[in-house]
Amino acid sequence: MNVIIMGCGRVGAQLAGMLDAEGHKVTIIDVEPYSFRRLPSTFNGLAMVGNGLEEESLKKAGIEEADVFVTVTQGDNRNVMACQIAKHIYHVPKVVSRIYDPIREEMYHNLGIESVSPTKVVAELLKDRIEG
Amino acid sequence: MYIIIVGGGEVGYHLARILLSDGHEVLILEQDAARCERLTEELGGVVHRGDGCEAATLESVGTGRADMLVAVTDGDEDNLVACQVAKHKFSVPRTIARITNPKNETIFEMLGIDATVSSTNLILAHIEQELPSHPVIPLLKLKSGTVEVVEVKVPPDSKVVGKKIGSFRFPKGSAVLLVIGKEKGPFIPTNETVLEAEDEVVVITSAENEEAMRSILSGK
Repeated sequence: MNVIIMGCGRVGAQLAGMLDAEGHKVTIIDVEPYSFRRLPSTFNGLAMVGNGLEEESLKKAGIEEADVFVTVTQGDNRNVMACQIAKHIYHVPKVVSRIYDPIREEMYHNLGIESVSPTKVVAELLKDRIEG
Repeated sequence: MYIIIVGGGEVGYHLARILLSDGHEVLILEQDAARCERLTEELGGVVHRGDGCEAATLESVGTGRADMLVAVTDGDEDNLVACQVAKHKFSVPRTIARITNPKNETIFEMLGIDATVSSTNLILAHIEQELPSHPVIPLLKLKSGTVEVVEVKVPPDSKVVGKKIGSFRFPKGSAVLLVIGKEKGPFIPTNETVLEAEDEVVVITSAENEEAMRSILSGK
């Protein structure tokens, strides 16, 4: 699969490394080139400096041929905006976003954006650990 | 009307002042504490500290009964989300977003925002108006930009100088509304009006015919 990941923080870099190791064609974009230091040394994909909210960067990253678009920047709003561009303008078949705010996550989920709220997931995991 | 303004910067502040003096109920949402304090000093108790993109904040200020939400922060993505949350979670009838990147205009429209205001485009248009060499100045966009009112300045060396307006074949749906003569001042032209050098010609046209109108009137 052709996968584009927006945001090369810890999660983005880790995900990029995992998908790359499984043989997917991964392109990761970030506005800050310094963040690519987090990518594993074995990473064979493409690391590109660019803003996922901008048409030119998205096209350069190959959004027109992408099967999957994932947004994991620090900003919920940036993540959902980029996802909506990918879904509604470039018709990427699978679009997944990280949204910290659980209420916003629920709303965008209802609007058809696949999303994960780490706040909710981690809180539940911690609760299980505490009670388990 | 109850109008919520997201973002208490300069635009938010001045917008609030205008709306308040028009007698509307206004509430500004601003995240920065110091800014909130200043706004409250100037405007009174119409400021609430909080993130206008967060549903919980919007809930606490009664967004459900708001008639309009205007998002004027300097982040396009924040304005988009504030409007979408207002629309989808609180069914606010009208949402308006300020955008900085003019390219986001179409994207926002596709994503259901009722209206956008591009500060960059407005500033550019005003600067263009001051540039003597620029032949076409956009004045107004109607019907989501499909119909435009633009101004064309007749260059002194143009071959349209001395010709009657009736002698041109304008594209369908395009017409000259007003001529502002260098000496004569503004007047409503007829087909018999003769164009003079440096006349400012205000025309209505469609987006796709703007270029054609420009080349006819600038004589190129």
